[in-house]
Amino acid sequence: MMKWVFSALLIISVIFGALEGKIAAVSEAALKSSVEAVELFLYLIGGMCMWGGLMRVAEKTKLTELTAKLFRPAAKKLFKGLDLNGGAFNAICMNFTANLLGLGNAATPLGLEAMRRLEAEESPGDTASRNMVIFIILNTASVTLLPATAAAIRMKHGSAAPMEILPAVWVTSFLSLAAGLAAAFALDGRGKGGGKDGER
Amino acid sequence: MRATDFIIPCFIAMVAAAGLIRKEDVFAEFIEGARDSLKSGISVLPPLIALITAIGMFKASGALDVLTGALLPVAALLGFPGECLPLALIRPISGSGALAVFETILTDVSPDSFAGRTASVILGSTETTFYTIAVYFGVTKIKKTRQAVAASLISDITGFIFSALTVRLFFG
Repeated sequence: MMKWVFSALLIISVIFGALEGKIAAVSEAALKSSVEAVELFLYLIGGMCMWGGLMRVAEKTKLTELTAKLFRPAAKKLFKGLDLNGGAFNAICMNFTANLLGLGNAATPLGLEAMRRLEAEESPGDTASRNMVIFIILNTASVTLLPATAAAIRMKHGSAAPMEILPAVWVTSFLSLAAGLAAAFALDGRGKGGGKDGER
Repeated sequence: MRATDFIIPCFIAMVAAAGLIRKEDVFAEFIEGARDSLKSGISVLPPLIALITAIGMFKASGALDVLTGALLPVAALLGFPGECLPLALIRPISGSGALAVFETILTDVSPDSFAGRTASVILGSTETTFYTIAVYFGVTKIKKTRQAVAASLISDITGFIFSALTVRLFFG
């Protein structure tokens, strides 16, 4: 997918630039953009390391396990037919919590673990199980408490309050998750009357 | 003073205090975590260079304005700022691409404007959907992902629409 997006952007730029008489500007952008990319990276890497360090301390205080416990009742309603003491259910709760706390480094391995365990416990063959689809939506909806990257780039551009977007991000994340879950239940032929769980 | 100004400092102090209570070496653990992030973070730089260059050229050629202009009627219908359309297009496909477009948007408009805030909420509240689906199903033998893609995209679109609505709601 990305090879097409990347190549299309480059080729269209040159054709458009030539037709519009803006090829000098395109040339300048080609030479200067890599420097801008490094500048942006420098802004981001500081924050990434700061949060990475802080969240490792938080991990050591069992923050993830504690928060995962809070998520268990809701997860019980969402994921049907799973062994509540099993590896899959546990990995799902830990992955959701890691995403919520912005622990990207921890969330992905836990998510992959959850997918493998779901496959082992439900043996769905080559067709995704209902629980797998719900788990995927929990991840693609991106529910996070601290949008650190967005805030770092806002700061770079002189925002008066980089974190003022927090309440809007929380409400939007929650609604997009609810919509994704509702859609999954609605599109699932076997999920009778499951829509209400999705709203929660 | 805003209530949201308290969240970050208080959270940081609480983590440090909790670490001390649990008798952890707070400083050494912090350094270790920061080192891990540095290692994984450096891998973001090459795709960032590729995509910021591609999007920079695309913008300089005038093509970005034409694309945005063509989609403007759809955006207006949804009460969505036109500047954020390219971000909505690339967000589900590429995380680095989304960063590159976000950077471009904030170069043009203030981060504290309607479009700037909406773009910030989009980046903060949505995920690289296609990448996530590919990687997660990639570790299994699943070939048919059923409604996973459709439902995830509905979730993304809901996120885009509500990012503009919540910015209007919270910032008038």
